[in-house]
Amino acid sequence: MLTFNILILVALGYVVLLFLVAFWAERRAAAGSVRWLQSPLIYTLSLSIYCTAWTFYGAVGYAARSGLEFVTIYLGPTLIMIGWWWVLRRLVRIGRSQRITSIADLISSRFGKSTQLGVIVTLISIIAATPYIALQLQSVTLSFAVFAEAGGSRWEPAELTAAAAWVAFGLAVFTILFGTRNLDSNERHHGIVMAIAVEAVVKLVALLAVGIFVVWGIAGGPAAMLDRIDTSSIPLWNQAGDRWVTLIFLSAAAFLCLPRMFQVLVVENADERHLRAASWAFPLYLFAMSLFVVPIAVIGLDLLPAGSNPDLFVLTVPLSENREGLAMLSFLGGFSSATSMVIVATIALATMVSNHIVVPIWLRMNNRERAVMSGDVRDVILLARRFSIAGILGLGFVYYRLSGGGAALAAIGLISFAGVVQVLPAMIGGIFWRGATRIGAGLGLATGLVIWLWTLYLPSFGTDAVISTTVMADGPFGVGWLRPRALFGIEGLDPLVHSVMWSILLNTFMFIVGSLTSFPKPLERLQGAQFVNALDQSTGARAWTTAAAGAEDLLVMAQRILGANEAQAIFQREVARQGKRGYLPDVTPQFIEGLERELSGSVGGATAHAMIGQLTGGSGILVEDLIAVADEAAQILEYSNQLEIKSAEQERTARALRDANDKLTALSIQKDAFLSQISHELRTPMTSIRSFSEILGDAQTSPDERERYAGIIHDEALRLTRLLDDLLDLSVLENGQVTLHQQTGRLDALLDRAVRAAGVRPDELDIVRQPGDEAVELTTDLDRLGQVFINLIANAQKYCDADKPRLKIAVSDRHDKLIIDFIDNGSGISTENQQVIFEKFARITDQSKAGGAGLGLAICREVMQRLGGQVSYLHGQYGTAFRVVVPNVTATALAET
Amino acid sequence: MKKQPQPGVFLERSSYRQRRLRDAGLLVPVLGIILWLVPLLWDKGDPQNGKSMAMLYIFGVWVLLILLTALIARLIRPSDDKPSKDEPA
Repeated sequence: MLTFNILILVALGYVVLLFLVAFWAERRAAAGSVRWLQSPLIYTLSLSIYCTAWTFYGAVGYAARSGLEFVTIYLGPTLIMIGWWWVLRRLVRIGRSQRITSIADLISSRFGKSTQLGVIVTLISIIAATPYIALQLQSVTLSFAVFAEAGGSRWEPAELTAAAAWVAFGLAVFTILFGTRNLDSNERHHGIVMAIAVEAVVKLVALLAVGIFVVWGIAGGPAAMLDRIDTSSIPLWNQAGDRWVTLIFLSAAAFLCLPRMFQVLVVENADERHLRAASWAFPLYLFAMSLFVVPIAVIGLDLLPAGSNPDLFVLTVPLSENREGLAMLSFLGGFSSATSMVIVATIALATMVSNHIVVPIWLRMNNRERAVMSGDVRDVILLARRFSIAGILGLGFVYYRLSGGGAALAAIGLISFAGVVQVLPAMIGGIFWRGATRIGAGLGLATGLVIWLWTLYLPSFGTDAVISTTVMADGPFGVGWLRPRALFGIEGLDPLVHSVMWSILLNTFMFIVGSLTSFPKPLERLQGAQFVNALDQSTGARAWTTAAAGAEDLLVMAQRILGANEAQAIFQREVARQGKRGYLPDVTPQFIEGLERELSGSVGGATAHAMIGQLTGGSGILVEDLIAVADEAAQILEYSNQLEIKSAEQERTARALRDANDKLTALSIQKDAFLSQISHELRTPMTSIRSFSEILGDAQTSPDERERYAGIIHDEALRLTRLLDDLLDLSVLENGQVTLHQQTGRLDALLDRAVRAAGVRPDELDIVRQPGDEAVELTTDLDRLGQVFINLIANAQKYCDADKPRLKIAVSDRHDKLIIDFIDNGSGISTENQQVIFEKFARITDQSKAGGAGLGLAICREVMQRLGGQVSYLHGQYGTAFRVVVPNVTATALAET
Repeated sequence: MKKQPQPGVFLERSSYRQRRLRDAGLLVPVLGIILWLVPLLWDKGDPQNGKSMAMLYIFGVWVLLILLTALIARLIRPSDDKPSKDEPA
């Protein structure tokens, strides 16, 4: 006969076994052999903490009361797992790349490492977890009571309470021992994961064993079982559609949002590929856990006396058949379900409490002193976690006492689910929608929390416990549309459907409206981009661009969090990576970023960011960083813009080069032409000088001839000299080296001198002048201007082909400039030649007649440009006409003399 | 205006198969939702629908989904985790 004492002994033995397993796994992990501990199988089994005592005991009770509705709790997670490609893959990737430590950290990090959001999510999680933990205590206590009763003693409520207290205490000790042993920078707990994997196997085996016993041992095979199901009184499928849909949604959402599920799904995930295996293996586990629930419920209702608690059929059916070994196994299964859930849940919650509530407060309090003791933050965190674990279990115990331990297990579990799913909109919105903001998330979370508390959580304590009957019936202060069971006056809904629908709808609504109307901070936008694009990018944009912090300060801070050894190891790695010697690496933005990741693995994103921010002086995001991540499209745009700018630049350069090339080519051609002209011009006189000097050398030359030839040589030499003078003159003018001698003189005198200097004889050229107009005074370089006049007069003398050459010099005074026209009565210059007469060596007529090199007009043009005026060919004068414009004449017309 | 080099329009056969496998992976939960909502359409007055029939149907769908997911998970190459840009997710 199974006595109660043996049961206690077995339970204790089982606990010791778990201790050993956890201890062994920690040792293995410490020794570095984590390969086996991090297999897809272990990962899948660790997910089984979803199946708590609620599943183990409660599912049968649920089925006995509501038929197949119990299965919705497992269909939701199945959908999430088989749809891992949608959400889970993304979550795991984000969790790994951002070193997320909890669901509160996820929300907080996503929305700009906000401390407030972390606090809100932590509070929601704790409030929601409390009934859930109470549920586990209740189920374990009830299972003890069952055995006590089988042993002949009926437990009083006081004994039940004492048992619950002992269970809570034992769980707290185990969790503190293995959950807060170290502050891993990855927040992984190998010992605990291994222990819950063992428990997962135990509870599956236990439930399957009971199921097989029921189907084959009692009913007599599957066919007979199906017959009994059909004839049973359970309304197996009498399902209301709204509850069916709501519950599937609720369980799916809770699977993602429960802190303990997030812990095993994301935080403890060592390899993304494990998810692939778990995608079908975990649904299979759920399937196996659910398979025999209905048979056990049906047989239990048939076998046991009316009024027995259906939540305990898994235990009572084997006991009633005197299968004590099976009952013991079943007890261990239930015990495993309850303990594994409580352990992971309290660890996850304790992490959240320490990282998002305790440490921020502690940092704020100790900000002034900046305690520099190595590992002090780490000690605070570990202490906070230990107290949190004890505190959370204490809360669960209090809830158990308050609720009286009488409610159906499934009902309690659903209340808890409805609470945690309030995180869903912020979570899904945060990882899929870049427009989601901190304000929106905060509004949504707060709205959802309040509605859930009001419509489901507070009423769950029972009538008149928190909310009075009158408020339930008439609403607070008589406001009817605020009744907890009939918000907005819509009555008749199932309370759970009512609460979930309104809380999630309004939560999502506020989240979206808040996000649309608020403007995110720079860090928020940066984080948003990193989260939403987690699958695309391996390297994110920098959050730290300035390296204002000293390496030593950073080391001190890292030591406070991680402890001396681990912190120094990180710094040593960085020193080695940078290829330096010594202990302190260069503080690069990459290093700060990496260090922040390491730290956030221990204390959460918000705290790590705040601590680094203390050292570096605020968040170091520059506008350029924001632009770089503002939008993916913007990135592409920026890229193409850069390309465009570059190509435009290249095009400009190419064009400039082409122009320069053209200019050089033209110059080169000009130079060639100039050189050939020069040599030609030089050769002609040289040729005659050489030939005549040869003739002179000949003895037979008569003195007459000798004189004539000498004259020719002299003339040619003069011409050569003139040419060289002109060239020199032109070169000086073109290079701008000429210095002008400003003089003031009268124009008529200047013209007189020019006519004389040109050597014009009245019979060769008749010069017609207008003495009245010429009586002006002007200030300019008179010598240079005279040179121009001489040139023009000499030209007329040389080229005028009229029978009676005549040159008319007309002067007109136009206020700011003086115009002097030289017009002869020759045949003029053809249009095409007008273009070139001012060019060097441009000569229209035969050179022998001209006797010049063709530089005269070119020199004139240069001179006039230097004087600020111009010389141009004047059209329409029936002869060759040049106009000289002298600017800026200070002259005033003189009185006629 | 110059653009970034575009990836080719057509993928080679194996990559194409991988893409469609991912599509299938995305659609399995949709199939599951639809199939599990079907019982709500059943006539509740019909006594045949009430009992073991409903249980067998729901668990049958469950097995089907597990098998489909296992098949897809086995066929998807984890190394091809690159082309995520054109995924609907």
